[in-house]
Amino acid sequence: MSALLDVERLEVGFGGRTSAVRGASLTVERGETHCLVGESGCGKSVTALAIMNLLARGGHRTAQRLTFQGEDLLKLDDRGMARLRGNAMAMIFQEPMTSLNPAYTIGSQMTEVMRRHKKVSQRVAIDRAADLLGQVGITAPGLRLGQFPHQLSGGLRQRVMIAMALMCEPQLLIADEPTTALDVTVQAQILRLLAQLQRDLGLGLLLITHDLGIVARIAHRVSVMYAGEVVESAATAQLFADPKHPYTQGLLRCVPVPGKQRQDEPLGSIPGTVPRIGPGFEGCGFRDRCTFADATCAHTVPHQTAAPGHDYLCRLAP
Amino acid sequence: MTATTTLPAIELKSVGKTFRVSGGILGKDRRVVAVDGVSFAVPPGGVLGVVGESGCGKSTLARLILGLLTPDSGDIAVEGQRIVDMDRKARARLIQPVFQDPFSSLNPLTRIRDIVAMPLQAQGSFSRAEIAKRVDEMLERVGLPGEMGNRLPAELSGGQRQRVAIARALVLRPRIVVCDEPTSALDVSVQAQILNLLAELRRDLGLTYLFISHNLAVVEHVASEVAVMYLGRIVEKKPTQALFHQPEHPYTKALLASVLTPEPGLGVPDVGLGDVMPDPANIPPGCRFHPRCPIAEPRCSTETPPLRPRPGGGVECLLVP
Repeated sequence: MSALLDVERLEVGFGGRTSAVRGASLTVERGETHCLVGESGCGKSVTALAIMNLLARGGHRTAQRLTFQGEDLLKLDDRGMARLRGNAMAMIFQEPMTSLNPAYTIGSQMTEVMRRHKKVSQRVAIDRAADLLGQVGITAPGLRLGQFPHQLSGGLRQRVMIAMALMCEPQLLIADEPTTALDVTVQAQILRLLAQLQRDLGLGLLLITHDLGIVARIAHRVSVMYAGEVVESAATAQLFADPKHPYTQGLLRCVPVPGKQRQDEPLGSIPGTVPRIGPGFEGCGFRDRCTFADATCAHTVPHQTAAPGHDYLCRLAP
Repeated sequence: MTATTTLPAIELKSVGKTFRVSGGILGKDRRVVAVDGVSFAVPPGGVLGVVGESGCGKSTLARLILGLLTPDSGDIAVEGQRIVDMDRKARARLIQPVFQDPFSSLNPLTRIRDIVAMPLQAQGSFSRAEIAKRVDEMLERVGLPGEMGNRLPAELSGGQRQRVAIARALVLRPRIVVCDEPTSALDVSVQAQILNLLAELRRDLGLTYLFISHNLAVVEHVASEVAVMYLGRIVEKKPTQALFHQPEHPYTKALLASVLTPEPGLGVPDVGLGDVMPDPANIPPGCRFHPRCPIAEPRCSTETPPLRPRPGGGVECLLVP
């Protein structure tokens, strides 16, 4: 059986000047949590938006393959995509305040999705919404359904977003930095909830984050993205035990670990920022920030395999 | 060596601040207790990390210390002077802020050079040549290339903007800097750069920091002492090492448990705090943490926990000896 989501050599450009995604490939299997990790501007959110065909105006996507449950997404028109979005594939965004409509109650926003995609009565939709709010750990769902987004805390709003995404029993859930705007305590609660729902419902979950601490705790598989490319991909335990790409190694050193740091030692960091890359760029996108870079890095970058299922883009030997 | 003062850089004595929030046309006004009986002292050159969730009063605390708000009760002294008695210019020379969001704390229509020059110009006592010289020095000091000075904030990355905010805070050579979540809006990789820069500047310039964050792991790296704040009160305060190695308050333990370290296989921890969020307009009786406390006993909802002293601070919990 083919993968739930299969993306091969995805390219996304904006107006012929910026190449936001450059030949990224990834798959999400049924019942798998796949984390896409990287810094701001590395193309991870654009990848998600390209999969959902929600790119901003001027954005253009091409791919060798882009299939969901075996269906070719590149061939679907707007109506065909609208039939899938919020239905079999759903998305959760970073900022729950801006992605909920402030003028409508939680109940009316949650039921709208379901009534649009499934032929059900308002009564059935409301029951399902209340049931899901309970499942995501919200006490007194009946009260919450009648409330407006501003009456809820950030953590509750993100729970509502998750419940809303689950209304039509999706196969694939794409979550773009779902906990970045939240307190660490609430972040742990939301991630725990996502992991539990993923397991119980057998969802394919594509989780986008910049934090390797989150990745380690929740992902089955990881793809590290840099300057529009997937520079390393492996099963989670493998990636953390034996990171091959210098960028992955650098990211790992940046995560502060309580009780394991010395005050007089600087934290690991990666100097510089993600470059903006245009069409026709050659060589390794990370070479300007890489301590191992040499002259060959300006030309071709070999695709290497360290172990079965562990691939990376770098000239360094496995 | 010159004579060093033994006065604390920052000293708070039973500081309280309550806001009145309108309840609308029909509702009653609500009293929001943001800071409630907070006392501590930070020695010169020290770094006090203040940690807690949204709504615990940590940003109000920062604004009180900066003199942007006046306390309802208690006293705040900075280098021995009451902050409310100082005039704005003198205050600005002594204490400066770095805020959380470098996207909204920099004027988008002002060039970087002019943003950094603003505190000098506001003093009215620096020549143009001196301002230009100090701005150049400061930009270099925070790791921004000189040509960056002619750009606008929108042309900079988040990390670069936070460097600008730090340059602006330090250009008057203050003695104390209040950092309110300076890295929360940044990527982990950039966060590390900014934390390292702040640590280096403190060492080189002999600064005192009040460093506010919701993430204990971030604070550990910069702070010499840590205060954990919950609903307006400091529930545990200790030297950094002691707090991380012998946390006593259940809330401190929950905060520590919620730090996701990059260790695969451990899964996401159950922090055990439930989904009841703390509401500063409705502070529970007894121990204010009891509705979320995983080990609360019946007496926790009626008895107010006393301060149990510890070296360098103390802990407020009925269940610790």
